[in-house]
Amino acid sequence: MRLAARALVTLGAFVLQGLAALGGMALFAATALGRAVRPPWYPARLLEQMALVGWFSLPVVGLTALFTGAALAQQVFVGGSRFNAESTVPAITVIAVVRELGPVLAGLMVAGRVSSAMAAEIATMRVTEQLDALVTLRTDPFRYLIAPRLVAATLVLPLLVIVANAIGVLGGYLIATTRLGFNGATYLVTTARYLEWEDVRSSLVKAAVFGFILALAGCYNGFRSTGGAAGVGRATTNAVVVAFILILLANLVITVLVFGQ
Amino acid sequence: MTTPRLALRGLRKAFGRREVLAGVDLDVRAGESLVVIGASGTGKSVLLKCILGLLRPDSGSIRLDGEELVGLSGPRLEAARARIGMLFQGSALFDSLPVWRNVTFALTSGRSVRGREMKARAIAELARVGLAPEVADLRPAALSGGMQKRVALARAICARPDILFFDEPTTGLDPVMAGQIDRLIREQVSALGATALSITHDLESVRRVADRVAMLAGGRIVWEGPVGVLDCSGHPLVERFVRGRAGDSPVGAEAPA
Repeated sequence: MRLAARALVTLGAFVLQGLAALGGMALFAATALGRAVRPPWYPARLLEQMALVGWFSLPVVGLTALFTGAALAQQVFVGGSRFNAESTVPAITVIAVVRELGPVLAGLMVAGRVSSAMAAEIATMRVTEQLDALVTLRTDPFRYLIAPRLVAATLVLPLLVIVANAIGVLGGYLIATTRLGFNGATYLVTTARYLEWEDVRSSLVKAAVFGFILALAGCYNGFRSTGGAAGVGRATTNAVVVAFILILLANLVITVLVFGQ
Repeated sequence: MTTPRLALRGLRKAFGRREVLAGVDLDVRAGESLVVIGASGTGKSVLLKCILGLLRPDSGSIRLDGEELVGLSGPRLEAARARIGMLFQGSALFDSLPVWRNVTFALTSGRSVRGREMKARAIAELARVGLAPEVADLRPAALSGGMQKRVALARAICARPDILFFDEPTTGLDPVMAGQIDRLIREQVSALGATALSITHDLESVRRVADRVAMLAGGRIVWEGPVGVLDCSGHPLVERFVRGRAGDSPVGAEAPA
C-alpha cells in the first residue's frame, strides 16, 4: 500500500513537473513572439540564424534523406513483391517521404544539430553574465537572441524540407533505376502522378511547426539554465530530448488532423 | 543638502528563507567613488544586481538622482539604464561579436549599423584603455583576461554614463594587471566626471579606487567612511576584514544588530 502511494506521488510529481515545463515553454514562446512583432528588429541576426539553421544543416539533412529514400524504395520493393505490388515503389516512396520521412527526419536531424547548439550558446551566455550584460546595455535578450532564432528556424525548415523531400525521392529513384529494374522516365511520371498538393502542404506545415519547436526547445532550455558548466550540459541534453519528443508528438497531431478524416 | 546620485533605503532581498540583503541603506554622492567591501557570500553581487534591475528587491527603495528605480519599466527604465555603465566580474564580452562591436554595443543596441563610424569610435575607446587598434578586429576569446577587462571597461564607458558599476574588477588578474585596471578605472571615472560604485574583496584594489568605503555584512551596511580611515575604523568586522582574518568564520553571520 505504502509502495503504491509512493509510486503515485512520484508519478504525480513527474506529471506536474512536465506540465510546469510545458507551461513555462508556452509563456516563454508567447513572450518571444510578442517581442518579435515589435521593433527594434535585428535583421542581421535573423539572416545569420537562417544561415546557421538552414544552409549549414543542408549536408546532414540531404544525406539523411538520400539514404532513407533509397532504403525505403528497397523495402517497398521487397515487401510489395510478396503480393505482386512491386510497381507501387514510386508512389509509396514519394508519399512516405513527403508526408512523413522528409519533415520528421529533417526536424530530428536539425534538432540534434541546432537545438543543442542554441541551448549551449545561450546557457553559456547565462553562465558568463552575457545575458545580464545585454540588459544593462539596454538590449532585450528576447528581441536580440530568442526572436531571431525562432523566426529563422520557422522560416527555414520548410525550405530545408523541400530539399529533403526532393533528395529523398531522388534516393528512391536511384535505387529503383540502378538495382530494381525500373525505367527512369516511368518512375518520375508515376512519382509526379501520385504526389498531391495536400501532401506538400502538410509537409510544409509540419516543417514550420518543427522548426519553431526545435528553436523553442533550444532557446528555452538555454535561457533557463542554472548551475554553471553542469547546467550548460543539462540544458543541451534537455533541449534535444524535449525537441525530439515534441516534434514526434506534433507530427502525430498534425497527421491525425490533416489525414485522419 | 544635495540629493545623492544613488540612494538605497531599506533594501531587502531573500532567496527562499535566506535573507541576503536585510535592509541596506547607502548613499553614493555625485562624483565620488564608493567601494562596497565584504566577505564572499555576503550579498555584494546581489546588491549590485538589484541596483541594475537584474534582480527585483523584495522591498526598499533605489533612487537615481531622486528617481525611484524599483518597479520602473518602459522608456523611463531605458532612460535610467542609459545613464549606467557596468563592468562585470568575468568581463561578459559577447563571444559572437568582434571587439569593436562589443565596445560600441551600447551605442547601437547590438544592431549592425554605421559600421565604419562605430569601428573608429571603438578604436578611440580602446586607446583610452591602452589597447592597440589591431585589437578591434579580434574576438574576445583571443584576448587575455587583462585585455578582456580593458575591453569591458571600454564598453562600459563608451556611452559616457553618469554612473559606473564595477563588480570585482580585479578578480582573476595578477597583481600588476590588477593595478593597471584599477588605475584605468580611476582615470576614466575622473575623466568622465562619473560616479562609481564598485564591489570587491580585494583590499589593494579598494585603496587604489575608493574615495569612500562601505562594509556589507549580515545583509546590512555595518560601516562606512573615507578610505583613509579604513585601517583605523574602530569597527571590529572591518578590522578583521582588513587584517585578513575574515575568512576564519563568516563575517556576515556576526554582524551586529
